[in-house]
Amino acid sequence: MNFLDFEKPIADLIEQIEKQKAIGEKSKVDVSVAVRQLELKLAETRKNLYSDLTPWQRVQLSRHPDRPYTLAYIDAITDKNFVELFGDRTVKDDKAIVGGLGSIDGQTVMFIGQQKGTTTKQRQFRNFGMANPEGYRKALRLMKMAEKFNKPVVTLIDTPGAFPGLEAEERGQGEAIARNLFEMARLKVPIICIIIGEGASGGALGIGIGDKVLMLENTWYSVISPESCSSILWRSWDYKEKAAEVLKLTADDMLKQKLIDGIIKEPIGGAHTQPEQMFKIVKHEILKHLKELKKETPKELVDKRIDKFCAMGVVVE
Amino acid sequence: MSWFKRIKEGITTSTKEKKETPEGLWHKCSSCKHIVPSKDHASRMYVCEKCGYHDRINSQEYFEMLLDEDQDAIELNENLSSADPLNFVDTKKYTDRNKDSQKKTGLKDAIRTVAGKIHGEGVVIACMDFTFIGGSMGSVVGEKISRAIDYCLENKLPLIIISKSGGARMMEAAYSLMQMAKTSAKLTRLADAGLPYISLLTDPTTGGVTASYAMLGDLNISEPGALIGFAGPRVVKETIGKDLPKGFQTAEFVLEHGFLDFIVDRRELKLKLGQVLGMLKS
Ligand SMILES: [Zn+2]
Repeated sequence: MNFLDFEKPIADLIEQIEKQKAIGEKSKVDVSVAVRQLELKLAETRKNLYSDLTPWQRVQLSRHPDRPYTLAYIDAITDKNFVELFGDRTVKDDKAIVGGLGSIDGQTVMFIGQQKGTTTKQRQFRNFGMANPEGYRKALRLMKMAEKFNKPVVTLIDTPGAFPGLEAEERGQGEAIARNLFEMARLKVPIICIIIGEGASGGALGIGIGDKVLMLENTWYSVISPESCSSILWRSWDYKEKAAEVLKLTADDMLKQKLIDGIIKEPIGGAHTQPEQMFKIVKHEILKHLKELKKETPKELVDKRIDKFCAMGVVVE
Repeated sequence: MSWFKRIKEGITTSTKEKKETPEGLWHKCSSCKHIVPSKDHASRMYVCEKCGYHDRINSQEYFEMLLDEDQDAIELNENLSSADPLNFVDTKKYTDRNKDSQKKTGLKDAIRTVAGKIHGEGVVIACMDFTFIGGSMGSVVGEKISRAIDYCLENKLPLIIISKSGGARMMEAAYSLMQMAKTSAKLTRLADAGLPYISLLTDPTTGGVTASYAMLGDLNISEPGALIGFAGPRVVKETIGKDLPKGFQTAEFVLEHGFLDFIVDRRELKLKLGQVLGMLKS
């Protein structure tokens, strides 16, 4: 298990518990009382620590190396009843965005999401979850297929941004994202978008136009990462905590600003502490919203979706 | 520019003052250093007579240049301004930043929208101002575009958006991000109504503006030499760790890669727009 800097009290307690148990094993002494006390303390510490996280700590949790990624969610939610589909039919297959047909409790759903890697090699293979234009075009191809066969779309968002590379510019990164915003706005099937990790700017929004946009509790969604914001506005990398605060990028803040439709609770300590529990919660949320959205006609869906996004923003007359 | 004085006295002062100051008497081309009287430069639409370099100009100049003088034109929603819903403070308060920019530019925000005529063809033009916080897109830009589209729908008019922007306005955080969604979503209604949308990408058009309405025109067009990209050149350079090829992210580069319909010299812009709008008319 990996621990973040602010999780040190928890790491220490877990270490103490392990030690006690080891002593018990070795010397055949009954340590159960000591262990139970430590475990109670651990639960208490966890509860206190995670009930009052700063925005920056949430950002850290959203990037936790043990956090589950898109394919893990899809596999669990569909009980591995998933057929991955590749390629944008134009240039290549982008490994930073995955997608395909999955079945949840007998319903076919088109899943699409950014994919991060778990090992150094995998991280590179997935380009750290930063898609090129062909990733967004693959996503759009799959969404149009979903529309053709009247299947709902579920997108899982987890990206530090669209890839700012040379070829990405040559192949029209801006156009690819813009096209997705436009086409998703008028797609005639239900779309549920869930931010499961990082929701960085246009790279996230490029698969983020939905009837229901939901954020997991320990994720962030904004126009820029706290680090880049710090470097641009304060001209230093040292203000990332401050930037995380002023950007109001947590799920709570985003809901207050009416820029998302709901928050999905995570197990105490974050999605990675009990991934199976997390998958169950997400599956339940998807089924719940699909049931509601299926009651609407395509026209109602699209009109409401467009009106919702058109109402975003605050101006003075 | 007569039409404009009729609809809004006073707002033209910033341009007028600039033209009348002594240091504004001569213009030196920032590309070839050719020197001409400012008056002549303005009459050539701020394009260098020698090398063809296109200076950055503001909404005022575009409106004066494009709209028919003998026709009435009206500015739409001219008083919309930013609200600072996040009470955003970095090294400076966002409200102060806004006020300073308003004072400096005489503008309310980074875009103005006008309904008028081009060679007799009715049209709504939304034009961004780079001088206002880097032409950044916040709630006002999104709302004005959204309302300009409503005006197009009500009056069956085509839309022209002249982009000139560094991207989303950080001080409005996720609100500014969602303006990409808002403008793109709204453009589907214009498309469904069969009304033309021409996007003119001018120097510079980057970030969230490129990744939303600027790339969604039925026609995407540009001026020679304009910088157009999603990621800024500095970021791309850092990513690849070497110097960028010559001409990278210029309008010519973007045309070559298939994302622009054509590049037009500013001195022929009005003619070409009138021609296209006439041809697209049902
Ligand atoms: Zn010149």
